[in-house]
Amino acid sequence: MAVRDVTAPGRHIIELDRVSRTFATPGGRITAVDQVSLALAEGEAMCLVGESGCGKTTTGRLFAGLLRPTGGRLLFEGNDVWEKKGKDLAVFRRAVQLVHQDPYASLNPVRTIYDTLSAPLFRHRKASGRAGATAAIVELLQRVGLTPPMDFLPKYPHQLSGGQRQRVAIARALSVDPRVIVADEAVSMVDVSIRITLLDLLLALRDDLGVTIVLITHDLAVARYFARSGRIGVMYLGRVVELAPTEALVSDPAHPYAAALIGAIPEADPTVTRTKERVGLRGAEIPSLLAVPPGCSFNPRCPLAERGLCDVLVPELLPIPGTREVACHVAVRERTRTAVGV
Amino acid sequence: MSVLLSVRDLAIEYGSRRGPVQAVRGVSFDLEQGETVAVIGESGSGKTTLAIGLIRLNPRSARVTRGEILFADERGTENVLDMDAETLRRFRWQRAAMVFQSALNSFNPVIDVWAQFLDTARAHGMDDARAVKRRARELLDLVHLDPDRVLRAYPHQLSGGMKQRALIALSLLLGPRLLILDEPTTALDILTQRQVIDLLRDLRRQLGFSMIFISHDLSLAAELADRVLTMYAGRIVEEARVADLFYRPRHPYSVGLLRAVPRVSGELGALASIPGSPPDLVSPPSGCAYHPRCPFAIDRCRIEDPPLGPVDSPGHAAACLRWQAVAEAVGTREPAKAL
Amino acid sequence: MSTIAVIARRPVGLIGLIGVGSFVALAYLGPLVIPLTNTVDIANIYRTPSLAYPLGTDFQGRDVLNQIVYGGRDILSVAFLAAFFSTAVAVTFGSLAATLGGKLDVAILAITDVVLTVPHFIVLVVVAAIFRPEGFLVLALLLASLQWAGLLRQVRAQILSLKEREYVEAARSLDLGLFHIIFREMLPNMASYVAIHFIFAMTGTVYAQVGLIVLGLIPLSGANWGSMLYLAQSQGALYFSDSFWYIFSPILAISLFQLSLVALSAGLEDVFNPRLRAS
Repeated sequence: MAVRDVTAPGRHIIELDRVSRTFATPGGRITAVDQVSLALAEGEAMCLVGESGCGKTTTGRLFAGLLRPTGGRLLFEGNDVWEKKGKDLAVFRRAVQLVHQDPYASLNPVRTIYDTLSAPLFRHRKASGRAGATAAIVELLQRVGLTPPMDFLPKYPHQLSGGQRQRVAIARALSVDPRVIVADEAVSMVDVSIRITLLDLLLALRDDLGVTIVLITHDLAVARYFARSGRIGVMYLGRVVELAPTEALVSDPAHPYAAALIGAIPEADPTVTRTKERVGLRGAEIPSLLAVPPGCSFNPRCPLAERGLCDVLVPELLPIPGTREVACHVAVRERTRTAVGV
Repeated sequence: MSVLLSVRDLAIEYGSRRGPVQAVRGVSFDLEQGETVAVIGESGSGKTTLAIGLIRLNPRSARVTRGEILFADERGTENVLDMDAETLRRFRWQRAAMVFQSALNSFNPVIDVWAQFLDTARAHGMDDARAVKRRARELLDLVHLDPDRVLRAYPHQLSGGMKQRALIALSLLLGPRLLILDEPTTALDILTQRQVIDLLRDLRRQLGFSMIFISHDLSLAAELADRVLTMYAGRIVEEARVADLFYRPRHPYSVGLLRAVPRVSGELGALASIPGSPPDLVSPPSGCAYHPRCPFAIDRCRIEDPPLGPVDSPGHAAACLRWQAVAEAVGTREPAKAL
Repeated sequence: MSTIAVIARRPVGLIGLIGVGSFVALAYLGPLVIPLTNTVDIANIYRTPSLAYPLGTDFQGRDVLNQIVYGGRDILSVAFLAAFFSTAVAVTFGSLAATLGGKLDVAILAITDVVLTVPHFIVLVVVAAIFRPEGFLVLALLLASLQWAGLLRQVRAQILSLKEREYVEAARSLDLGLFHIIFREMLPNMASYVAIHFIFAMTGTVYAQVGLIVLGLIPLSGANWGSMLYLAQSQGALYFSDSFWYIFSPILAISLFQLSLVALSAGLEDVFNPRLRAS
């Protein structure tokens, strides 16, 4: 699956164009997402990674139209979503579905699996009558790997395991033929031993149905597996600091924060993990969104920070060689210089 | 090296509407002085029941149906299960302490951290407030927290990482020989996890305590453990030195887990999930509890429940009739080259 | 497992079911089977219980048991209707206030708070005294008119919290419509609240009715337990020891019925929770 050129407009199914989102909190106004531009090609599998407070969940909800941007535009098939009205907005709503993190909260506990999955089918006239709905649901359950499907129909969510519930949530999202699925930490609360199947399932949806998938996660290893033929976007304090093809990011991170993350992850291999090279950061705590450092928000912790530059000027997400982008003055300078042989 | 903790055939069950849940079904292992053992398992493994059972913190609905927990330090050897209330109170925190998951509101939210330290100290026999203050400051320094700031703060004013470090400091208050940690890095950000892991390593080196930590995260075991126990359906299914478990696994569940964990460095490899669902501890499968999900299972596996038996390395045991077939299939994994 | 079976599984629920069932049968089926004996027989006043008159006779020599059988129907009907009206109003407007918010919410809340602060029984007494309601439909409406406020606030609070649940958000994303979201996604999660409130609305209505009747504010048409007490009091039955059963029987009937309702509500715990129901 070729990585599309991110700078070519008009070929993207969904796009955040310099989107910001602020919230009022008791302590003041915070900017959870700060001028983020992300464009996804149809059928792309992309990952957004970051630690707490980085804005990845908010970004996911902005993609799904569950939150309205306070700045910038959300474009679906080239059109501004929030300018749409009535029927068009409803069409968009269905076209982008969110799969939540918590399998214990995403299904209504007093409705059976049949109830939950038949509602959208009836509402959008994709099936009629009990027999029709049952047939359609059986097909959906087979697609998400819940077999034998008939066994699951009369069950309540509490009778299913976490992994099974997530599959039902995915089936529910699929029932309206979405074009984009945003999976917000969709495997984080599921047993380690079944994460891979869920990720493979999402990738199969991409391969078979052409659905564009955005996976939001804090787990870089999961991101690497899922987006191995796509891109990863690393977020910090509301901004995208690096956007690159997965293998490039993992083997040669350009942004010092990305490098720190990759070096810090413990690995399931004693020799590797006990001898891994780490990037030392000055300061372990993520600053509060109420007190974002001036200039590059990462500068107080950054080993490459240059006084007078990094603490003054906010770095833009700029292209560097290798169809990647990074928001770091030093990295952009060093990599562009190397490329032109200076 | 002498043995600090010896668990013999421990079985714990608790009641539920559907019948007794056999959370721990006969667990035996030894922990040496200064050793770190990781108990790895997922939902339905019984690892949490085991961990809190070691210091008898199980809820009232839980019963120990058999077994012994022998604790041997300079004060003598005793069976934790036989301790009376007073002895147990002094045992907890002075000789063995537990660090809970910070995310689970382990701190009392309505009192400040200092009050928490003092209460805990007093509850376990240390009454001198000044001595407690001194010790608390020492320990908070050791975990790289600012004592002045933290002691005065309420739990909600601390970040997840700070809370976890404060909990570790609290557990070390009375100088226990054994630290039991429940999912110490789950729900923490990557960089905070790294901090906590490095901290535990340093503290262990400086203070010399033994550690048992339970987790679903294999990489944590790879970082800190001397030995690893994998648990499934209330039993230990493999016991090995850390290198043996990761490079020469002999139980299909351990193999399945290793294959299911994606990596950031090195080759991606052929990853696969373990098919099936977690076991039902009210009525576990017959024979070997793992057989419904096991690619190596044969008919005998449905009938016989194999005990932990030695395999092809010293100090390495697996509860599997087919460990030799597993050994052949897996061979020896090469450590992936670090990036 | 059927709802009745789930309730009956618990001892208290079983008692409630039997109690309420018996009273409903007594009140509605009894009169179809047992003819009304209304003959006045002065020679027989205030007889103590005997085989012919199991609960004795009243101040006019009429059979008390017969009156108990006929006396339940009005009380139960009004109770049921009033509870139904107040619950319907509370659920509908509470959900709308919570889901639609804005000015509608503010208006509904304001009206609710006024009604909540008004002393119910006193207002009922005043209104009944002025308007002298006749017929049980009017009476039911009157009694319901002050009862809905408490439940409305509860429903609104619950819906406000349920609104944030992920499955509700999913329903919105799937564009399932407001009606579906309120009545199929959120309200079933509150069913136990609503059912229990319904039952307690019934008990409250019974007391209010009886209170109004005993005070003589409701015109009496036919025998009912409340009017038996009114008559007992006005006819001086309090001053005779022989008339004990005439006074005590309606009190006992009312109390037992209320107790059965409460027992039934306790037995409902398992019904609405699929986890408890399935096992």
